[in-house]
Amino acid sequence: MKELRPLSGLDAQGPVLRPLGGPCAGEPPADDGVAALQADKAALRRFVLWGVPALGLWIGLYAVLEPLAQSVVYDLLGFEHGSRFADALAFFLYDGPKVLLLLTLVVFGVGIIRSFFTAARARQLLAGRRESLGNVLAALLGIVTPFCSCSAVPLFVGFVTAGVPLGVTFSFLVSAPMVNEVALVLLYGLMGWKVAALYLGTGLLVAMVSGWVIGRLKMEAHLEEWVRLIHAGQDLPEEELTWAGRIRAGLAAVKDIVGKTWPWVLAGIALGAGIHGYVPEGFMASIMGRDAWWSVIAAVGIGIPMYSNAAGIIPVVHALLEKGAALGTVLAFMMSVIALSLPEMIILRKVLKPRLLATFVGVVGLGILLVGYLFNLVL
Amino acid sequence: MEIKVLGPGCPKCHETEKLVREVVAETGALATVVKVSDFQQIAMMGVFSTPAVAVDGVVKCVGKVPSKAEIAAWITQA
Repeated sequence: MKELRPLSGLDAQGPVLRPLGGPCAGEPPADDGVAALQADKAALRRFVLWGVPALGLWIGLYAVLEPLAQSVVYDLLGFEHGSRFADALAFFLYDGPKVLLLLTLVVFGVGIIRSFFTAARARQLLAGRRESLGNVLAALLGIVTPFCSCSAVPLFVGFVTAGVPLGVTFSFLVSAPMVNEVALVLLYGLMGWKVAALYLGTGLLVAMVSGWVIGRLKMEAHLEEWVRLIHAGQDLPEEELTWAGRIRAGLAAVKDIVGKTWPWVLAGIALGAGIHGYVPEGFMASIMGRDAWWSVIAAVGIGIPMYSNAAGIIPVVHALLEKGAALGTVLAFMMSVIALSLPEMIILRKVLKPRLLATFVGVVGLGILLVGYLFNLVL
Repeated sequence: MEIKVLGPGCPKCHETEKLVREVVAETGALATVVKVSDFQQIAMMGVFSTPAVAVDGVVKCVGKVPSKAEIAAWITQA
């Protein structure tokens, strides 16, 4: 990758010749290990040395963002208070950097936490678990285990062959994409901790309950045949990470996730800013409001075939809420977009027969519907 | 030497394959690089998180894009 370190054991021309075979082939000499350990310690010191001022800078920036955005729009650019364009611009200039700052810090933290939980470790923790408790654990592990949607099938097979009950596997499979750290940051940054906590809580609940229900339905026969014939029993050796390695993992996560999602975040916030400035108050109330009983069903129906990442959808969700859409409807829409996407289903079709796949979509969709109606009723 | 890059075809899998080919070219190692995207084959190797790399049938790394230094180390040690 971009991390260019001198390649040990290599010179410019080619590989250094080493005796092939023999008992020590493949093992680095002992002093390499000591040197690596010392290099890691030095790296850790350097991370701390840079990390403390970086954190100070972060806090300082975060504190001055709001007055700064205000003074840029109204003093520097001389817009009048209350004009629509100025409103939208101030919204964008404040919320854009705020969300990016939060995102960077949280993704870094989650990157470090994730270095403790690999897919293999999740598999070990879940193997042979009883249902109920297993569903809870699987949903929680789904938050912290690194997971890319194209890993869904290998992961699924890995879980099933390790003796993780089908329902528990589904709890993991639902919670992993649905409870997403980028979504959590955006919700917190734009709508406050209550909405963020609601999203986290209900997301976990849907994952636990729908996994449990699928487990009750005893649909093991609806896996594709080849899945049951595979015995991927052995666990591969895990590498132990040092703290310097974990910090590197955090930085890599920032580069990877923030580096990829920032245009989406900014585009979403710009769209949100436009809605904030120009769409009249209460405009959404009639279509996505609490009184329109069918709105939750429509929201889920529209959301399932849609495919977007959390970063793009949440600023829009925020603006919808502001203009009178009901929270339950909006949450249901967001969850169906993130948790049930067409590309993932096409991939999952390789391991699930149509009936099991339909059951999965049905149960999760139903759970999301219930969440939507519950919130519209309670809040 | 046979190096297998296991992955269904997401951006990370492509990046891994690219890096492996680059390192093989740079080191001049006698290695064939094979991309495996069939889920059944991937699962048979006990891999359940992609991208993954196997050198001569031994899985070296799972669930992340390896660094060039790591790839070089696998090649020279094998």
